[in-house]
Amino acid sequence: MTTASPQFPAALPAYDPLARISAGDWLKKNLFGSVWQGLLTLITAAIFLRFAWFVLDWGVINAVWYTSDPDVCRAAAGACWAVIVEKHRPMLFGLYPYDEHWRLVLMMAIYLVTIVVSLMPRNWNLRLLVPLWVIAVVSIGVLMFGGVLGLRYVPTSEWGGLPLTMLLFTGTVLFGMPVAVLLALGRRSPLPVARGVSVVFIEALRGVPLITILFVAVNVFPLFLPAGVEVNKLLRITIGIAIFFACYQAEVIRGGLQAIPRGQYEAAASLSLTYWQTTRRIILPQALRICLPAITNHIIAAMKNTSFVIIIGLFDILTATTAVMQDPLWRKFYVEAYLFVAGVYLFFGYALSLYARKVEGWIASGRI
Amino acid sequence: MMMLNATRLSSLVGVVIGALIAHGAQANSGDTLAAVKARGEVLCGVHPARHGFASPDSQGKWSGFEVDFCHAVAAAIFGDATKVRFVALSSQQRFPAIQSGEVDVLARNVTATLGRDTALGLNFAPPIFYTGTGFLVRKDDGIAKVEDLNGAAICMAPGSTTERNVAQIFAARSMTYTPVVIENNKQLVDAYVTGRCDALTKDKAALPGVRAFDTEDPSAHVLLPGIYSKEPLAMAVRQGDDQWYDLIKWVTYATFDAEEMDVSQANVDEKKSSKDPDVQTLLGVIGDNGAKLGVDNAWAYNIIKQVGNYKDIYMRHFGPESPIALDRDKNTLWIQGGLLYGLPMQ
Repeated sequence: MTTASPQFPAALPAYDPLARISAGDWLKKNLFGSVWQGLLTLITAAIFLRFAWFVLDWGVINAVWYTSDPDVCRAAAGACWAVIVEKHRPMLFGLYPYDEHWRLVLMMAIYLVTIVVSLMPRNWNLRLLVPLWVIAVVSIGVLMFGGVLGLRYVPTSEWGGLPLTMLLFTGTVLFGMPVAVLLALGRRSPLPVARGVSVVFIEALRGVPLITILFVAVNVFPLFLPAGVEVNKLLRITIGIAIFFACYQAEVIRGGLQAIPRGQYEAAASLSLTYWQTTRRIILPQALRICLPAITNHIIAAMKNTSFVIIIGLFDILTATTAVMQDPLWRKFYVEAYLFVAGVYLFFGYALSLYARKVEGWIASGRI
Repeated sequence: MMMLNATRLSSLVGVVIGALIAHGAQANSGDTLAAVKARGEVLCGVHPARHGFASPDSQGKWSGFEVDFCHAVAAAIFGDATKVRFVALSSQQRFPAIQSGEVDVLARNVTATLGRDTALGLNFAPPIFYTGTGFLVRKDDGIAKVEDLNGAAICMAPGSTTERNVAQIFAARSMTYTPVVIENNKQLVDAYVTGRCDALTKDKAALPGVRAFDTEDPSAHVLLPGIYSKEPLAMAVRQGDDQWYDLIKWVTYATFDAEEMDVSQANVDEKKSSKDPDVQTLLGVIGDNGAKLGVDNAWAYNIIKQVGNYKDIYMRHFGPESPIALDRDKNTLWIQGGLLYGLPMQ
C-alpha cells in the first residue's frame, strides 16, 4: 500500500531494523490501514475461513476413515478416505502380483536409502558411491525381476505403481542429464558436425509432443530392428522420456554456459588446459550452479511426465489409480483417491525442491 | 486442450502405423499356436480400465468379461486358465499391438467392422457381446424416445464410435443437437449428473452403471429403449494364421454351445458321463475335435470347468449379483431370442 505523493517527504523516519512492533500496531499497519484495506482483509478472511471450514468438515469431521463397505461411505456427508485403505495396494503397486508386494516395499526402502545417501555432499566420494549403487542396482533388479533365489519371475509388463514411477524417473534423470550436458556443449561447440547434430537433435525433438516420441519409441522403432531382436518396452519408453527431457534440459544448461564470461575460457586457455579440462573443471561447475533452479524445474516436471507410460499399458501410480477407480462400487470417491496420489506427487516434488534449495545454500556458502 | 489434441494426433498416428504394419506383417498358419505353446502363455490385449470388461481388482488382478475370454483361450491350449499374460492397451495401441505380434489375441472392446477386418488386417471371432449406443436422460424432462431429443445438449466422449453414431442418428431424423464433448470419463459423467447436458450418450452396457453409481437418485434417470447402432464386440486376431483364428473362433463357440447344452461350470463333471453325443463331443469324451484344432481333446471341458460357459461368464460380471447388473438383452442364445448361435461341433 503506497500512496502517490508529488514530492519526497522532507525526512524519512529513522528505520530501526531491530525495533519491535506491538501486535495491535502490526494489525493496524498491515491489515486495517484504511477502510478499503480493512474491508478487503475481512472479505479475504471470510473466504478463507469458509474454505478452511469446508476442508475440516468434509475432510475430517464427516469423513469415513475405515470401512470396507462402500454404502457406509455413500451415506456419509464427508470424504471417504476408506477408499484409499481399500484400494491402496493396486494404487501403489499396480499389477505387480499381490503376494509379492513385499518385494516392492523392500525395493522402495533400498531405493530411498540409496538416493538419500547419494544426495549428501559428505558422501560424495566414489569409494562409497560406486559400491552403494552397484549393490542397490543389483538388489533392486533381483527384487523387481525375481527369477533367482527362489523369487518368482515378474516381467516388466506387470511392474507398476509407485516403484515404476520411481524407476522411470530415476532412469530419466540418470540417462537424461549427461545427454543434456553433451547436447548443450555440442550446441556451443566450435566443431561444425557436433554443433549441427546437436542443433538438429534438439530442435527436432523439441518440435514434437512427448506422446509422439513415445509412440515412435513403442511402435515405429521395432520396425527398424532385425526380426527377432526385441528391446524391452519399458527400456524403450524410459529412453524416450529421457531424450525428451535431455533436449529441454540441454537448452537450460546452454543458458548457464552462455552466462560464463569469455575471460574464464581465456584464462583456462592461457593455462594450456585442454577442452575437456576447461569444461569439466571450470565451465560446467559454474554453469550448472547458475542454472540450478531451472534444472530443478525440469527434473520435477520429468517426475510428472512418467505418467505417460499409460500409452504402453503400464500402470504407474496415476494410471493404476484411474484403473482401480473404475470399480463402480467405489468410483464415486475418486476425488479422495486422486488427492492421495496428488499427495504422493507433492511429497516427492517438494522433497526435490527442498533439496535443491539446500544445494543452493551450500553453493552460496561455498561448501560445494 | 493440448491433451485432447495430443490424444487425437496419436490416435491418427496409431491408425497410420497400424495400416503400415498390416501391409508388412501377416501371420502364417500355425505360427501363432506354436509360438504360444513354446512361450507357455497367451498374450491377451485387454482394455486398461473398463469395469465389467477388464480392470484390475482390489488386489491388482485382472478381472472382467473379456478377461475371462482370455482365460478361456489359455484353458483350451494349456488346460490351465491362468497361463495368460494381460497387456493393457489404449484405443490407439490396440491395433498396432495385434498387428506387430505384441499380443496374440485382442479382447479389448473391439467392434467388428469391415474396415478393421480388411484394411487393418484382422480377423474377427464371433461377437461375444452385442451392444450399441444408448442414451441416459432425466425422468423429469419427459423424454421417452430418441425423437424427443431434438435440440438437446448431449454429453459424449470424443473420437469414439459413439460420437459418429449420434451424428448419424440425428442426421437420419433431421434433428439437431448440441454436442458437449468431454474426454475424461469422470468429467463426462459429472457433466451429465450436474445438468450440463440433457442426455448422456455412451455404450449401452456402460449406462446402467452410471445410473446406479454416479447419480444421486438412480430412479430419477432412465435409459431410452431401443438400439440405435450396432456395436458387436468380438475377439480379434491377425489375418493369415487360419489355425489360430479357428481356435479362437471355436473357443467362443464352445462357450455358446455349452450354455445351449446346459453344460455349466457347476455340472460339467456330471455331464461328462452324459449319453448325449453332442455333449460327449463337446467335452472331448468322443471324437477328435481337439486334435483338429491342435489342442488337447478336453479343451472345451477345461474352458467350462475353469472359466465357465457363456452364461457363467456373463453372470459373473454383469449378472444381478454383480454391481453392474446388466440385462442380457440380445446377449442370449438364439433359442431365447438372442443373437448367440454356436455352430455345431461335429
